[in-house]
Amino acid sequence: MLHIINKSPFENSTLDSCLRVAKGGDILLIEDAIYASVSGGAFESKIREAIGKFKVYALQPDVEARGLSGRVMEGVTAVGYDVFVDLVATNENCQSWL
Amino acid sequence: MSEEIKKFMFVNRKAPYGTIYALESLEVVLITAAFDQDVSLAFLDDGVYQLRKGQQTKGIDTKNFSPTYRALEGYDIEKLYVEKESLEARGLTEEDLLVDVTVLSREEMGELMDEQDVVLSF
Amino acid sequence: MKFGIVVNEGPYQHQSSDTAYLFCKAAIEKGHEVWRVFFYHDGVNNATRLTEPPQDDRNIVNRWSQLAEDHGVDLVVCVAAALRRGIRDENLAKGFRISGLGQLVEAGIQCDRVVTFGD
Repeated sequence: MLHIINKSPFENSTLDSCLRVAKGGDILLIEDAIYASVSGGAFESKIREAIGKFKVYALQPDVEARGLSGRVMEGVTAVGYDVFVDLVATNENCQSWL
Repeated sequence: MSEEIKKFMFVNRKAPYGTIYALESLEVVLITAAFDQDVSLAFLDDGVYQLRKGQQTKGIDTKNFSPTYRALEGYDIEKLYVEKESLEARGLTEEDLLVDVTVLSREEMGELMDEQDVVLSF
Repeated sequence: MKFGIVVNEGPYQHQSSDTAYLFCKAAIEKGHEVWRVFFYHDGVNNATRLTEPPQDDRNIVNRWSQLAEDHGVDLVVCVAAALRRGIRDENLAKGFRISGLGQLVEAGIQCDRVVTFGD
């Protein structure tokens, strides 16, 4: 399953909820959720832990828009909209954690 | 129309009244009932507050839609799942809820989500 | 593959309708079909032709209309959510139509994947 998250982890517990409940699969961070993937940030260790269970992606145009190019932590794959589409297509189902 | 029956899950993670999401989600659930699909409702995080007994909305001049959850059975929607930790974190137990639910561990909830064809969250 | 898209937030206020639009574009470019975009909650505000953004800003409403024209995407606005928010046939932009929630369920049944964009 593809889990899509769009909230900053600094103001919303959505990422925590997803990590708590989801069984595994892919996580795509979009919109304000990309702040979770910043290296040296407060959520780096949480994401690092998640990487064992999930494959984690961050939507590159959202990263760039927020001035964080080059700051996406190791282990998180920055991807474009084309890969976003591929992730939806290759996973059997998807869920937006709104 | 396709004869295939799909598994639809409605994931409710938001409290009622503060925003309209819970009410408009319930409206989709009622419509989905008419399509003879396999429908489940999942309540986690603040979504569990949607099922709290004793909602009184006169003072906020808003329709109390919580009785609708009790009517779902009449629409053959009987799969209501609540995540245990969300309930406990809010100091609630099954007795605080206005309808019969199945309480699931987070692992069980995650498994159930994985089995769905269509997961809608609002 | 056949995609159904759900948009739950209004334009300009929240990024979700931009993200949904860019996702649709990318899906079509990859040879997929975007069968239907369903606008729900404040998402119905994507459908008003009375929208007039400043000249140097993107026109989110026209962008959807163009997508419908170029690729035959079915843009459906939920009637109950629309009436609540003053969206009616009189102020509907090109390419959109107002219909019931059953259209969302139908998208779930007919499409291979449904992706929701919201808050």
